[in-house]
Amino acid sequence: METINFLITGVGGQGTVLASEIMAAVGLAAGYDVKKSDLLGLSVRGGAVLGHVRWGETVYSPIVPEGRVDYLIAFEQLEALRHLGQVKSSGTILVNQQKIYPVLVSSGLAEYPSDEVYETSLNRTAKAVYKIPAVDLALGIGNSKVLNIVLLGSLSSLFDIEPTVWEKVLEERVPKKFTELNIKAFHEGRNWMKGK
Amino acid sequence: MKKLMSGNEALARGAYEAGVKAATGYPGTPSSEILENIVQYKEIYAEWSTNEKTATEAAIGAAYAGRRALTTMKQVGMNVAADAFFFAVYTGMRAGLMIVVADDPGMFSSQNEQDNRHYAPFAKMPMLEPADSQEAKDFVKIAMEMSEEWDVPVLYRTCMRVAHSASPVELGERVWDDEKIPEKWVRNQEKYVCSAMFAQKKRPMIEERLIKLVETSNKIAINRLEWGDRKLGIIASGPVYHYAREIFPDATFLKLGMTYPLPEGLIRELAAGVEKVMVIEELDPFIEQQVKAMGIDCIGKDIFPRYGELLTGDIEKACAKAGIIPWEKVAEQRDLTPQGLPGRSPVLCPGCPHRSTFFNLARMKDLIIVSDIGCYNLGALAPFHATDFMGSMGAGFGVAHGFEIGGIEKTGQKIIGIVGDSTFFHNGVTPLLNMVHNGSNVTLMVLDNYTTAMTGHQDHPGTENTLEGKGKRVDIEKMVRAIGVEHVLKANAFDVKAVDAAIKEGLNHEGLSFIIIEGPCFFVGKNTKPAFTVTDVCNGCGTCLKLGCSAIARSEIVDEKTGRKKSSIDPVLCVGCTICAQVCPRKAIVSTQAA
Repeated sequence: METINFLITGVGGQGTVLASEIMAAVGLAAGYDVKKSDLLGLSVRGGAVLGHVRWGETVYSPIVPEGRVDYLIAFEQLEALRHLGQVKSSGTILVNQQKIYPVLVSSGLAEYPSDEVYETSLNRTAKAVYKIPAVDLALGIGNSKVLNIVLLGSLSSLFDIEPTVWEKVLEERVPKKFTELNIKAFHEGRNWMKGK
Repeated sequence: MKKLMSGNEALARGAYEAGVKAATGYPGTPSSEILENIVQYKEIYAEWSTNEKTATEAAIGAAYAGRRALTTMKQVGMNVAADAFFFAVYTGMRAGLMIVVADDPGMFSSQNEQDNRHYAPFAKMPMLEPADSQEAKDFVKIAMEMSEEWDVPVLYRTCMRVAHSASPVELGERVWDDEKIPEKWVRNQEKYVCSAMFAQKKRPMIEERLIKLVETSNKIAINRLEWGDRKLGIIASGPVYHYAREIFPDATFLKLGMTYPLPEGLIRELAAGVEKVMVIEELDPFIEQQVKAMGIDCIGKDIFPRYGELLTGDIEKACAKAGIIPWEKVAEQRDLTPQGLPGRSPVLCPGCPHRSTFFNLARMKDLIIVSDIGCYNLGALAPFHATDFMGSMGAGFGVAHGFEIGGIEKTGQKIIGIVGDSTFFHNGVTPLLNMVHNGSNVTLMVLDNYTTAMTGHQDHPGTENTLEGKGKRVDIEKMVRAIGVEHVLKANAFDVKAVDAAIKEGLNHEGLSFIIIEGPCFFVGKNTKPAFTVTDVCNGCGTCLKLGCSAIARSEIVDEKTGRKKSSIDPVLCVGCTICAQVCPRKAIVSTQAA
């Protein structure tokens, strides 16, 4: 089988690292060989973050090779655009419909890309594009912080892995008092994909 | 059952299983999580030491005492530690010792790129290089056994892509009796006193040992020939092995886990069995030059770059260009990313105590701001652009003194040296002593945020906690006064005017002045107060935007008189530090509690 390559992008503080951890654990639980890599470094908030997850029969490199992304999971619109060149023409993009202005933009030194550039760039890149209102869905169940799990819920609907496998991994990875909220968030994202 | 672990977690587990009793280090990306994971194992003593040299000496001493020990550092930390591990190669120890260095090809978070493999032949010690998390764990035990068999420290070289990637690991048991008391020390000057007369006697042994270690390298299981197609024989180690395996699934490989000394026998066997040898290695031609010195021709840096990471795509492109693989095998390059996207570099967090210093410094003229390593180096970036230099730990003071003896002040410019608290203890104290003794006349600042912030909030001598619990706090002011600095000033980092006044007073003082700007890193204090908000009084002057706070942005509301967009504050990101309210000339920023 071909290795399945995921690239997770976003802004520090959005919960991308936990998301890639969960994806790796789900892959392992589903019987795949798994490798994952996070670009960590500065502990300060607000920088761009990047995570690689790979599922396959035998996975060699922990990094998704250039131009071979099957699923781009972008937590922020600008960060989605930044990595479009990595996506296969047969690939899928899931993007959280959220704009977080970098300081260069908020201090007036640069322009955030226009909605027109955003739409046309996304649409010409991948076979399937899902623009998910993850912040709204998360707020709908009471906490914007679980937007990462909402996105994982949406992603899960594209695979033949039982939701219980995801739920079990979630239970292991999130603090006990937030388990219920996270499982709710997961199904919120999963249900949103129905009929899309 | 296999467990998914990062390379750094796996290394820590390896230390536990291998019976390591003492672990030291100084934080630095990508090595910091090793000790943070080791401290979870109660059987191992773990500490953040003041700097890499101190950490290495402590680990060496623990191994002298008869305990398996290791020390960890980032790539540039190796330069600081070098003075210590060179002598340990001469003395040997009474138990295994591992020098762990995490390299950073591509310079994701380092001031320079360096290939620390060179330290193995330089210091004349054997070297191991893990390729993934399983090896990161297993190689600790191999290193400890090798260290004890040959009575020499072992260089364990990992890198960012091993340290921060995760893969499944088969766990083992701890092999050590933790109740056992070390054997009594017996004075042995010939072995442990490194004076010239003793060291000279040992010198031939150091060379003989390396020659004998070549045989170990030929036989050790972690160096293995994987025969496949005989057209190409590839030599690779570390994560590069995995990148290359993905491109050449059927080729013959010599996979190296021990990369110094090299297994000459295996390399000759490979060369005899394939049409062409190719060395794929990141950074310098370390293996290639040695292979060529054996009289074996190989492909290497004639096609691969000598700097940066060498990822799958880079190897593919280099091989296609050289005609080794067809271009069809290289992933299609699609030019889909729009041009001119704004960058998203890290910025000082909302609530950061460094903000007031750089806001003030950015407004001052004729200053040479000699800065150093830490979050405060973000003062170099937009919107502040308020530093002139950053080089190595402690150089913020050391180089400031150099500007002075170079006579730059004759141009009318003044010098200010800046270091953080952890950096001050790491290597800022010795240049300070130097300046006091030699009668320096510059202004120095310590930005004391009560933690080693940038690497993930580790302790240092100026904090009350240690890695394992409670420690004794060293008071910077008392220490500086004791050293002989007479003009010591202090200011609260969250009082913009007080910081401004302290800097100006320091600069106007004749003689050495030392300013301590105090205020906890937000992640130490976590002192969230009600958010601030922008009232109608705002006329869009943009002063608050010069603070580089990610909670503040221009809104879409235009001020009728000035035609400028008013500012707005994101209530979720704002932690209520008050700094923007202090700098607003129209007092338009108020607490949501007051509004």
